[in-house]
Amino acid sequence: MSADTTTETTGFLGWIDKRFPLTKVWNEHLAQYYAPKNMNFWYFFGSLSILMLVIQIVTGIWLAMNYKPSATDAFASVEYIMRDVNWGWLIRYMHSTGASFFFIVVYLHMFRALLYGSYRKPRELLWIFGVIIYLAMMATAFFGYLLPWGQMSYWGAQVIVNLFAAVPGVGEELSVWVRGDYVISDITLNRFFAFHFLLPFVIAALVFLHIVALHRVGSNNPDGVEIKYGPKGNRWDANAPADGIPFHPYYTVKDIVGVVVLLALFAAVIFFWPTVGGLFLEGPNFQPADPLKTPDHIAPVWYFTPFYAMLRAVPPMFGSQFPGVVVMFAAILILFFLPWLDRSPVKSVRYKGPLFKFALGIFAVSFVVLAYLGLKPADPLLTLFAQIFTALYFAFFLLMPWYSKIDKTKPVPERVTQ
Amino acid sequence: MRALFIASVLFLTPLLATAAGGHVHLEKANIDLTDQASLQRGAKYYVNYCMGCHSLQYMRYNRMAEDLGIDEMTLRQNLMFTDAKPGDLMTISMRPEDGEKWFGTAVPDLTLVTRWRSPDWVYTYLKSFYLDDTRPYGVNNLVFPQVGMPHVLSSLQGVQKAVLEPGKEEGAAAAKIAGLELVQPGSLSPGEFDAMVLDLTNFLTYVGEPMRVERQRLGIYVLLFLGLFFIVAYALKKEYWKDVH
Repeated sequence: MSADTTTETTGFLGWIDKRFPLTKVWNEHLAQYYAPKNMNFWYFFGSLSILMLVIQIVTGIWLAMNYKPSATDAFASVEYIMRDVNWGWLIRYMHSTGASFFFIVVYLHMFRALLYGSYRKPRELLWIFGVIIYLAMMATAFFGYLLPWGQMSYWGAQVIVNLFAAVPGVGEELSVWVRGDYVISDITLNRFFAFHFLLPFVIAALVFLHIVALHRVGSNNPDGVEIKYGPKGNRWDANAPADGIPFHPYYTVKDIVGVVVLLALFAAVIFFWPTVGGLFLEGPNFQPADPLKTPDHIAPVWYFTPFYAMLRAVPPMFGSQFPGVVVMFAAILILFFLPWLDRSPVKSVRYKGPLFKFALGIFAVSFVVLAYLGLKPADPLLTLFAQIFTALYFAFFLLMPWYSKIDKTKPVPERVTQ
Repeated sequence: MRALFIASVLFLTPLLATAAGGHVHLEKANIDLTDQASLQRGAKYYVNYCMGCHSLQYMRYNRMAEDLGIDEMTLRQNLMFTDAKPGDLMTISMRPEDGEKWFGTAVPDLTLVTRWRSPDWVYTYLKSFYLDDTRPYGVNNLVFPQVGMPHVLSSLQGVQKAVLEPGKEEGAAAAKIAGLELVQPGSLSPGEFDAMVLDLTNFLTYVGEPMRVERQRLGIYVLLFLGLFFIVAYALKKEYWKDVH
């Protein structure tokens, strides 16, 4: 990074470089950005998240060319895209499958941060930008899910907007303000479409900030060793970290392999199983929205179900669902505090002790079990399970200052291991 | 011993299926979207028996004809009974209000029925009408209790009666019905009727997702391409990384 553009560029590139720092940016962020050489499988999911964002934006814009955000035409316009628009079915399946894939990739990306302590000092802001991106993704997905105007779109939105009505005092007015009407209607659909179109670009801007923050502090790695503070000097630069390799071409060619594998999985779903048995495209959503007919069982799409299970796990108190709403939002907002909850002297799970490994295992299991429970109709036994796993989910965070401190850690090596 | 175990599992499987679902057991419809003859028959049955009340409002006549290998003459003569043009959507003239008046509910469009139900559901539903004096049209359905629809295919299938579980009183709820029994044969044999219903279900499955065969055909090429791309990408990565230690 210190060796930026010592050689003057000439010709057309030189003309540009005098007016715009093209070579400088290229070097600082790709060709002379030194990433740890030991980044493993888990480090694919950052670049794959960007790929999914781009796929969603591009397919989304093409869908918007034929989609009609109106209560009378929306459902038919989606079928028009599926049947009459050239390659419309492919673009639509890419978009619907892409939403789920985006969340899968981002959940794995977040889990990587938990594994290797990528949220720890000096990467707190990087982590916080990430959590904001996750929040923006959830908002985008929620707005987008109303657009096909199927039964599940309609009733799912009904359930979520009604959460605002549970806020004490101003709840009713708040939910009417969100809907723009007393029920989910054409007006709601219009504004959700507007937000669904806008938010991906907000996400893109947040991703830019996320990467700026990343390149300021440098990438973490599976050992949690800061290569910037280690020995200097590698093949490319005497002042660069000894354990760093240029992002380009090393990680660009490596990420291409990840991209191909992801696209193969993506294509397998799109071309052979686009509904994934009702998980990616829910059956009831092939019926147009009917405000007079409530489906037997309303379940959000799988990526929201852990939080939906938590919402249902909390019993109403003082005749209000509000405590459940608070728990649900707290489950997401608690992520912001993670950098300060972890008191372990080491970052990576490789050198953390059994307590942390056990806690992380319980947390991962809780998240998956809650996702499963959120898909199922509530019954007393399942609600009990949901309550237990909600408690475990929060215990991972709230008890972290204690168990991460007393945990037996292993010594961290000076340099990264291969 | 092992044979005994397998036998007991096989014996228990239907019981488990009923115990787990709580719904009526659905018969498996052996859908084959590449069987154009079956799809053509299904289209013929649909426009003759179903389309009086059930539209296919997202499907176009000419798209159906093209995919099913039907020429325009045959389409116009045998499959189009309204003044619609081949490029039109397969809508009907019955209004939703009429359905509410005549059947107690608006008659649903069936373009996507196999997608929000399932092909198995449609197949079993069409075979599961039985006599029930308490219903306006004298019939009820095992998989759709209290259905408003009359048994349109009864002249073909004949009339079925519910066989109740032993020891149960007449008029018990649908869940206690052990099975259905043909009490008055129709113009088709049970085998012929099953084949006809399968053709109809096959056709409706096609209508639910007309590009399905094309989608799967393309998918193979896409995956083959990505497989080749993977080999190149992996070799490239190996080549670049061989000097990283």
